Amino acid sequence: MSGRRPIPAQALAVPAEPGLGAYFRLLKPRVMSLVVFTALAGLVAAPVWPHPVLAAASILFIAIGAGAAGALNMWWDSDIDRAMRRTRNRPVPAGQIAPDAARDLGLGLGLLSVIMLGLAANWLAAALLAFTIFFYAVVYSIWLKRRTPQNIVIGGLAGAMPPLVGWAAATGGLAVEPLLMVALIFFWTPPHFWALALFVRDDYDTAGVPMLTVTHGRAETRRQILAYSGVLAGTALALGLSPAGGPLFLAVAFWANARFLRAAWVVRRRDDATAEADGYAAEKRLFRLSLGYLFWHFLALMAASLLTRAGLGLPLVW
Amino acid sequence: MALTRQHPLATRRRGRNAGVALALAGFAAVVFAITVAKLSSGQMIEGFDHTLRPSLLEPAE
Repeated sequence: MSGRRPIPAQALAVPAEPGLGAYFRLLKPRVMSLVVFTALAGLVAAPVWPHPVLAAASILFIAIGAGAAGALNMWWDSDIDRAMRRTRNRPVPAGQIAPDAARDLGLGLGLLSVIMLGLAANWLAAALLAFTIFFYAVVYSIWLKRRTPQNIVIGGLAGAMPPLVGWAAATGGLAVEPLLMVALIFFWTPPHFWALALFVRDDYDTAGVPMLTVTHGRAETRRQILAYSGVLAGTALALGLSPAGGPLFLAVAFWANARFLRAAWVVRRRDDATAEADGYAAEKRLFRLSLGYLFWHFLALMAASLLTRAGLGLPLVW
Repeated sequence: MALTRQHPLATRRRGRNAGVALALAGFAAVVFAITVAKLSSGQMIEGFDHTLRPSLLEPAE
């Protein structure tokens, strides 16, 4: 046959069919690891513990619920993610996974995690998990993120909920202690993200995301970081004085918050010219401290609870 | 390309299918473990099949 048309190169190319790793990245594994850690802390610090298998299953389904929220966020934000250097290699903007597939996976896993947490633990924990997924995917991603510079402050509630879900999974009820744990993560989120926003000049304005550094200026961001760090320290002390706290937690809280407040104060006193001169050293130090901040606090909560139950006779809780 | 050589697309699909199979098997194992844990904690156990169930009897006068 002489009239055969050449096959276009596009038709010969291997379609970018995603591997399992791309679907895993869709669930934001790094966020999931923080969720697992804080939910476990809420569960371990609770006055009653469920059967170990039920506890492990609860944590698994809380993690899957967090992954579902991450997938829904990536579905909705794929246009923003495509516009920013930091996020353009995520599975949806990179063209590995279709946005609709990300949405379907998020909805499916979300539903599965809520039902299974209800069956494994109780329906209060399941309702709190459903609220967390809804808050992150709808309230934060769809409503707030593109509208207000307070997006990460209010949206931070979704990331703060896991200890409460863990506590509810163990006890079937609510209490002041897990609410203080929620407050600790809630007030930690703004200084953590704004410290990052000060030295990583992300293209938020190109993407149309109103970050505080862009809408209110960098000097205002520095003031807000210090203000939130003060409230954060107060919250940590309140948690230390609650029945879930104790001498061990208070000692860790004093140590971590003194360092954090000092670093926030240094960031507050600088201007951008000074920061530019030393490559944003103080802002980077505050961000590094924020990375370990929650880890040390929640580790202290778990350690005090575990060591007390081990019957070592140490005065670790009130 | 030799006929016996595996196409990259097929290799990727095989990996993904294996992952899905593992996830499904894992899910079944978790559901089974939850069932055993719940039953061993004494929840929802009647255990009187094919025999008299005392809870259904009239209370003694």
